[in-house]
Amino acid sequence: MNKIQSPFWVIVRKEVADHVRSWKFIILIAIIALTCMGSLYTALTNIGAAIKPNDPDGSFLFLKLFTVSDGTLPSFVIFINFLGPLLGIALGFDAINSEQSKGTLSRILSQPIHRDYLINAKFVGALIVIGSMLLTLALLVMGFGLIAIGIPPTAEEFLRIIAFVVVSIIYVAFWLNLSIFFSIKFKQAATSALACVAVWLFFSVFYNMIINLVGKAISPSAMASAYQVISYQKFMLNLLRFAPSMLFNEATTTLLMPSVRSLGPLTMEQVHGAIPSPLPLGQSLMVVWPQLTGLIAATVICFALSYGSFMRKEIRSR
Amino acid sequence: MSEPIIELHELTKKYGKFTAVDHINLSVQKGEIFGILGPNGAGKSTTILMMLGLTDPTSGTVQVCRINSTRNPIQVREKVGYLPEDVGFYDDMTGIENLLYTARLNRIPEANARTKAEELLERVGLPVDTQKKAGKYSRGMRQRLGLADVLIKQPEVIILDEPTSGIDPAGVQEFMDLIRQLREENGLTVLFSSHHLDQVQQICDRVGLFGGGKLLAEVNVNELQNEEHGLENMYNRYFGGGKSHE
Repeated sequence: MNKIQSPFWVIVRKEVADHVRSWKFIILIAIIALTCMGSLYTALTNIGAAIKPNDPDGSFLFLKLFTVSDGTLPSFVIFINFLGPLLGIALGFDAINSEQSKGTLSRILSQPIHRDYLINAKFVGALIVIGSMLLTLALLVMGFGLIAIGIPPTAEEFLRIIAFVVVSIIYVAFWLNLSIFFSIKFKQAATSALACVAVWLFFSVFYNMIINLVGKAISPSAMASAYQVISYQKFMLNLLRFAPSMLFNEATTTLLMPSVRSLGPLTMEQVHGAIPSPLPLGQSLMVVWPQLTGLIAATVICFALSYGSFMRKEIRSR
Repeated sequence: MSEPIIELHELTKKYGKFTAVDHINLSVQKGEIFGILGPNGAGKSTTILMMLGLTDPTSGTVQVCRINSTRNPIQVREKVGYLPEDVGFYDDMTGIENLLYTARLNRIPEANARTKAEELLERVGLPVDTQKKAGKYSRGMRQRLGLADVLIKQPEVIILDEPTSGIDPAGVQEFMDLIRQLREENGLTVLFSSHHLDQVQQICDRVGLFGGGKLLAEVNVNELQNEEHGLENMYNRYFGGGKSHE
């Protein structure tokens, strides 16, 4: 190799190599691969029962591989929803503070590179690892599914699956950025890991409980008008949407179940006369556009926060 | 003497109300070994960070190799090698891999980098063909590797921040000899920060005494050489007696 690489890509290369060789990544990829194989197995055994006559999603058999479950094991989508944050946190929680405690941070930053190279490269490196991993998994699931059920995916199904992978990458990138932010704020890697896990647990367990409590307190009486009930429902749904996992959930179910037409409450009037048919991909994307923008915005905000605090951080030797 | 290679003009750094570095004026000539001597918290490290453009001064200017460190830190860092106090390396890479990584960050072509790295390892007295990871290195070995790491970019100036802390006396002596050799052979300018009076006295041409963020005095060591305990007396005058040997 005679070409001189830009220092930025030198750092990215090192980051990717570090991640791939690290034990935490090997353990995580083993867990995720195993659970995905498990969910694929349940999907394959139940796919026959999942097809009902007059099912608008019936023509999208291939997508069912990602969403079908008999209740014993969650589906592929639920697993990504649950394990994706863990992946992002694992790759980011010690991004900066470990360099600081090892004493490498001041040495690297005294090289002729821009300071933001380091933080950008940390993000890009981890994103490359996450992206290739999720894409590989999705393609593997497709491949196994193809062998097992023998029906190839249509172009639209393929595009929907790729869109699902992209949404998953954004979702994991959100958690990655959050953990990088904590790794700048907290000096100890253990503290930042705990802080990330705390946020993750809060949104995946406690947030729903709190929303339920709030919901009970403000629920309209049985005598309330339909308008009041609908606005209450909408309000509750919007509260739930503050959790990134909810946004991810809505986005992926819409993408993988083409028959989903709306994510909010619908009145009988609105549904009346509608033919239960699948939406084209463009329309599905329109339905989840707010969710997508929300996820991307959350990711960008976390990155901006970590970028800002890293640039202003005073670099001292350990 | 020849042209000044490091110039500080009224350099000041404040953290809130605390003044870490207080209006320092200083110039270091090319090819000199300049010692920064002072107790902990005297503002030595902060001054060094400002020279490298790693932190911005509150007021005043720093010029290294005639380049403003605050405005063009990248160009300064191309010419200045910095060995931080208690330098760290990537534990899961070998010594030479660590050096090659630094070389790549400095845009040194791969082929040159390897020969250069091997040469430098030999120079600082570390085994070249070893699979030993940097995580297994002792403190003294890390410090030597740190010196090799600083030299791989072929700097004009090297800044050493407390480079001898934590090394045994024999190691310190070898380290000092190495620095002196480097100056003689490569014409490097060396900035040597320390709180060890005897080390500074032994190696430096000139010494700046730092205390409370101020440059208290600039001393030419050779002139003091004639007096018995010249620098020591001076140090004691500023920082009180008995503390000169830690």
